[in-house]
Amino acid sequence: MQLMWESLGTLLWAGLVFTIPLTLITFVLGLLLGLVTAVTRLFGPPPLVAVARFYVWVIRGTPLLVQLFVIFYGLPSLGILLDAFPAAVIGFTLSVGAYTSEIIRAVISSVPKGQWEAAYSIGMNWRQAMSRTILPQAARVAVPPLSNTFISLVKDTSLAAAITVPELFQAAQRIVATTYEPLILYIEAAIIYLVLSTFLSTLQGYLERHFSRSGGTLEAQA
Amino acid sequence: MIELQHIEKRFGENVILKDICLVIPEGTVTALVGPSGGGKSTLLRCINLLEIPTAGTIRIGDETATFQPGKKPAWQEIQKIRRQTGMVFQNFQLFPHQTAIGNVMEGLTTVLRWPADKARARAVELLTKVGMAHKMDAWPSTLSGGQQQRVAIARALAPSPRVLLCDEPTSALDPELAAEVVDVLGKLAKEGTTMVMATHDLRLASKIANNVVFLEAGNIVETGSSRNIFGAPAQERTKQFISTLNAGHSYDI
Repeated sequence: MQLMWESLGTLLWAGLVFTIPLTLITFVLGLLLGLVTAVTRLFGPPPLVAVARFYVWVIRGTPLLVQLFVIFYGLPSLGILLDAFPAAVIGFTLSVGAYTSEIIRAVISSVPKGQWEAAYSIGMNWRQAMSRTILPQAARVAVPPLSNTFISLVKDTSLAAAITVPELFQAAQRIVATTYEPLILYIEAAIIYLVLSTFLSTLQGYLERHFSRSGGTLEAQA
Repeated sequence: MIELQHIEKRFGENVILKDICLVIPEGTVTALVGPSGGGKSTLLRCINLLEIPTAGTIRIGDETATFQPGKKPAWQEIQKIRRQTGMVFQNFQLFPHQTAIGNVMEGLTTVLRWPADKARARAVELLTKVGMAHKMDAWPSTLSGGQQQRVAIARALAPSPRVLLCDEPTSALDPELAAEVVDVLGKLAKEGTTMVMATHDLRLASKIANNVVFLEAGNIVETGSSRNIFGAPAQERTKQFISTLNAGHSYDI
């Protein structure tokens, strides 16, 4: 118990300085990458569609840990030397981008064709229809699956420990190495992840309620 | 005036519209009637270019666009015709994430770049006209079908189109709700709004339309005043179709 209290500050600090920023930065960048990939796959010219499909295929088909190792330990052989944190940002962003692109593609397709037509009929161009009419509706459908990705990401950042990012899990490992108390330290780390995930689930619930208050569902239109 | 010259629409081998020529004078209401699959909706959607005609010429007011097989029209070309039109859909298609007034203001603020207060004033005026001013802050999902369609009519009218296109505006509504929509459209017709509507609703067509176009299998079978088409159609096929609309009802035409 004593040890738990003593180490708590170190773990929380690692979480605050590395885990949370890594999660937030890569989620935002990954979401943008996912949006671009999804829109390319839905509306892009065939060569770009092929590039987007290839990207999703490779990232979804290979383990995240292996991807991180390729970026951090492999690329230096090609003369590309990255610090641990930027390497982690790149690895997680590519991963989040691939997974969210599939979600975004699905929710954009789920908006009825009639909504595009209604937008065009009042004179909107493609970009206006997309940003004003389609994406706002797609966004509310996307909250639950994107929250899933986000919560997975918080936990997956622990993989960054393997490429020397001193995040929460690595901080726990280091204390274990000096105290030989793996059970206490790893349970403590797990609890911190659990608290973070629970907080995010609550946020998801809030977002869903917010959206359902304003405007209701797509089904109401049919 | 709306002028359609030699409009043809094909989907692959399927010919949906064959050499349609039609002149619709300003200030009149034209009903497109005929069996399902006859081309009513497609013709209507060709007027605002939600469907691009395979061939033919469309003129609305001062704007003209000509179409040729295999040639994709430029976006500006499509926009200049589309800007002359407003459209009302069978399933309303209100934007569910915007309030009633938000729906009506959308085209004005996003497309025409009107300042919000000017757009709001115009929207209030139109919502009042369709009898929906009391619900202007309501979400579409909380409105009845008839109310949603009246808001959709206000939305279509907001940019002051030269012609209002209505695609089966009452067929998703029960008779009572349909009546509200017919009343609103009738009022607009009296004010001289040019309208073209595809409809199965005899009450709508007979009450509001000046002219009727009977379409079947992509051809115009007969055109005439609504009194003539509904009362004394010249073609046997028209007579037969009109009698099925009449079946079981007695309308005062």
